[in-house]
Amino acid sequence: MDLGAFTALELAEKIKQHQISVLDGVKYVFDQMEKHEDTVHAYLDTYKKEAYARAKEVQKGIEDGTYTGPLAGVPIAIKDNICIKGKKTTCASKILENFVPQYNAEVIDRLEKAGLVIIGKTNMDEFAMGSTTETSAYGVTRNPWNPDHVPGGSSGGSCAAVAAGEAYLALGSDTGGSIRQPSSYCGVTGIKPTYGTVSRYGLVAYASSLDQIGPVGKDVADCAALLEIIAGHDTKDSTSIKRDDLDFSSTMTDKIVGMKFGVPKEYLSSGLDPEVKEAFMNTLKSLTEMGAIVEFFSMKTTEYMIPAYYIIASAEASSNLERFDGVKYGFRAKEYEGLHDMYKKTRTEGFGEEVKRRIMLGSFVLSSGYYDAYYLKALRTKALIKKEFNEAFEKYDVLLAPAAPSTAPKLGESLKDPLAMYLSDIYTVAINLCGLPGITVPCGKDSKGLPVGIQMIGDCFKENNLFRAAHAYEKKRGDFGTAMEGGEKA
Amino acid sequence: MKQYETVIGLEVHVELATKTKIFCGCSTEFGGAPNTHTCPVCTGMPGSLPVLNKKVVEFAIKAGLAANCHIHQYCKFDRKNYFYPDNPQNYQISQLYLPICYDGAVEIETSAGKKTVRIHEMHMEEDAGKLIHDEWEDCSLVDYNRSGVPLIEIVSEPDMRSSEEVIAYLEKLRCTMQYLGVSDCKLQEGSMRADVNLSVREVGSETFGTRTEMKNLNSFKAIARAIEGERERQIELLEEGRAVVQETRRWDDNKESSHAMRSKEDAKDYRYFPDPDLPPIHISDAWIEELRGSIPELREAKMERYQKEYELPAYDAGILTESRHLAGLFEETAVLMGNPKKAANWFMVEVLRLIKDKGLDPEKVNFTPKHLADLLSMVEKKEVSAQNAKKVFEKVFDEDIDPVIYIEEKGLKIVEDTGFLAETVKKIVDANPGPLAELLGGKDKVMGFFVGQLMRELKGKANPDSVRKALTEEIERRR
Repeated sequence: MDLGAFTALELAEKIKQHQISVLDGVKYVFDQMEKHEDTVHAYLDTYKKEAYARAKEVQKGIEDGTYTGPLAGVPIAIKDNICIKGKKTTCASKILENFVPQYNAEVIDRLEKAGLVIIGKTNMDEFAMGSTTETSAYGVTRNPWNPDHVPGGSSGGSCAAVAAGEAYLALGSDTGGSIRQPSSYCGVTGIKPTYGTVSRYGLVAYASSLDQIGPVGKDVADCAALLEIIAGHDTKDSTSIKRDDLDFSSTMTDKIVGMKFGVPKEYLSSGLDPEVKEAFMNTLKSLTEMGAIVEFFSMKTTEYMIPAYYIIASAEASSNLERFDGVKYGFRAKEYEGLHDMYKKTRTEGFGEEVKRRIMLGSFVLSSGYYDAYYLKALRTKALIKKEFNEAFEKYDVLLAPAAPSTAPKLGESLKDPLAMYLSDIYTVAINLCGLPGITVPCGKDSKGLPVGIQMIGDCFKENNLFRAAHAYEKKRGDFGTAMEGGEKA
Repeated sequence: MKQYETVIGLEVHVELATKTKIFCGCSTEFGGAPNTHTCPVCTGMPGSLPVLNKKVVEFAIKAGLAANCHIHQYCKFDRKNYFYPDNPQNYQISQLYLPICYDGAVEIETSAGKKTVRIHEMHMEEDAGKLIHDEWEDCSLVDYNRSGVPLIEIVSEPDMRSSEEVIAYLEKLRCTMQYLGVSDCKLQEGSMRADVNLSVREVGSETFGTRTEMKNLNSFKAIARAIEGERERQIELLEEGRAVVQETRRWDDNKESSHAMRSKEDAKDYRYFPDPDLPPIHISDAWIEELRGSIPELREAKMERYQKEYELPAYDAGILTESRHLAGLFEETAVLMGNPKKAANWFMVEVLRLIKDKGLDPEKVNFTPKHLADLLSMVEKKEVSAQNAKKVFEKVFDEDIDPVIYIEEKGLKIVEDTGFLAETVKKIVDANPGPLAELLGGKDKVMGFFVGQLMRELKGKANPDSVRKALTEEIERRR
């Protein structure tokens, strides 16, 4: 049996039917790591011993009825900005090189209760700031489809791990596209839920008003099943929302006849790679063929999305990252004279370039005399963007957009020009500004064989529309193939 | 020399008496081994998130209503960013843009009469931890027990003109907070802290002078001294033709002088912005009205009522209402014994004397009002001498004994056996022929000597009036 061919739900089903054991699945992903990690480097830390022990415990739990959920026994990878009690949580930063939290993130508790097996921590851009996973202090992650290319970011490790068969599922976090863009680059499926759906407790904050944890998986159904596990109100997170519409799996009817899709025409203007555009247009055609209505409309605030996002995200980041000061935990500079010098040297040596750039940008836009001109204006712009999205959702069930203007760039290409890298976030950042849910589904490949993803955007709390449309499209699309050999379904 | 007027505004931090911290479930108790009242939230651990304690909002609203403030029914928390190790996140969660209470006023009374001090705002914020500098090891240690203890900062308008007004204002705030039960306001324990903004200007001037902010004021006396010191320093500067620099100064109460901490030029830019971890708070009309209804009778109203209902002098009413707790004990005693004036006297003299002698916190006084009422009734009925009653009361005060049983058991009840009394009088008079001769010779003062002797012999168990009467009869017999 080729375990790599199974989705997470299929694996769990086989485990329930006693065709394979929990340990088989866990062994499989560690075998894949043996094979591919030297190249891919998706993980910062793995827990082989604990995972094997946990596998046996979960096996027993499944048999005695402790774990009855649809993903019990499935190995899962966790992005390294999510706290696991007793496990190093570095955010891929030198400043947290030795930080071990004494508490679990809420999502970790939920995964454990559902009987999943945590196998390790995945690489990411430092503090989730970046679009390539190259700003990690612990080395780059490579795209499993082509190791000369980046996996995207910031959840590049999580997406690469799933693409390489080194995990069945992964958790990522998305502040401006950090799940949806690398999912597109790696040919996997990832969803950023409506803001407030998944507890942020234990997620090391980048930009608190934008951050959401979300699933990365091989297909839409896996993502829906995982989101059902991690979603839910948490009293430890004041921005967590009480929802009673968290049953996603049962609404995937595969019928999208009459469903209305809107495409912001500004998204298709210059800057969009022709091959990505072609794959995108082909997807629109497929949806039309399935009986959906696809229309183009104008999104006038498009050019303000990037500036508004980078001002708000950097402002919050500049404050959120103040706690990393060498006083309480993490890295402290070796030599310093007095408190001020200790702060300065610790933060100078502990943070990477991109993080420092955003801290400076954020500190600037919040400083007195500039607050109104930048931060306040960005908040007002955000309100205008939100208004335009609200108007669009009066007409459409789902909006469609590319996940990124191109397929995965080559390693080393993006960081040379940070501004160009920021601009490549054009299709994803507004979704975070407005708190909307967005899912990326693979929809094609370019001439180099690199995956292209389509992004579906829903109104707040309308994940059901996304899952329904994405699942239907996925079925029509057929098997997307895998990055690594041996992944074909038997 | 020109005539100068002092202009003072205050920023007062009051620690709220909630059981748990403002954004986590840790205890707010004072003391405790370092870092034992802490959790990931109040030590600023990565990924931890604040959750607002509703009680803090409740206390802040009550404080605001008692100071006649308006309430921002849509209010927010903002982050105040600055690096210091006592502040685990390196930002303090506070309120800048929409403080919970604003535009209030309190009335103060000084020797010059009544006056209104306007309140600019009251806002909620979290306290910082404490740094302990270890000179011996040459290092600093941080204790986060206080980190996240809820505070309200009460900002006054520059309406005060003297240290007397400042002290009256602070007393007023302290008393109001204590009456509301929202804070114990102890300066020594740091649960009430005041920063003084002060400027001087020529009398008659319409514009304010340049102000300084004085910190590190740990007692009312230190505040009064700091105000006098800063007023003199600023006037001296102006008289010398120099300018006052806008700066923050630190008061050293031992040296009775201050030194500059930082000037306006190097004032920090706190980069305030709304805290994205805490959604805005919506305060309903119903909640405000519910809290308004829960505000107890405050000191002024109580004082007025004591004067009217109990016919107490204003001075007594003032003393009795200083502590809401003592006022409560007094009222209950007064009602039970039915003689508020006598009860008031007892409190004014005996209760306050014991509190002073024992160096006790008035809030800690704890005896059953019925016990005092019973004792006072016995005094009134002349069943126990005033002298013995004082001794018995000390037992009530210390151990809350039942005075009726105690007096019975110790045999302190006044004996109304006239035969026994007459016999004792006869015995004492016989035993003191010298003083008797003096008395009969016209030295009336010697009467006092005999009364004293008798009372000692009778161990206070006799009614002094009866003793005097029996003695007079005996002496008359001897003439």
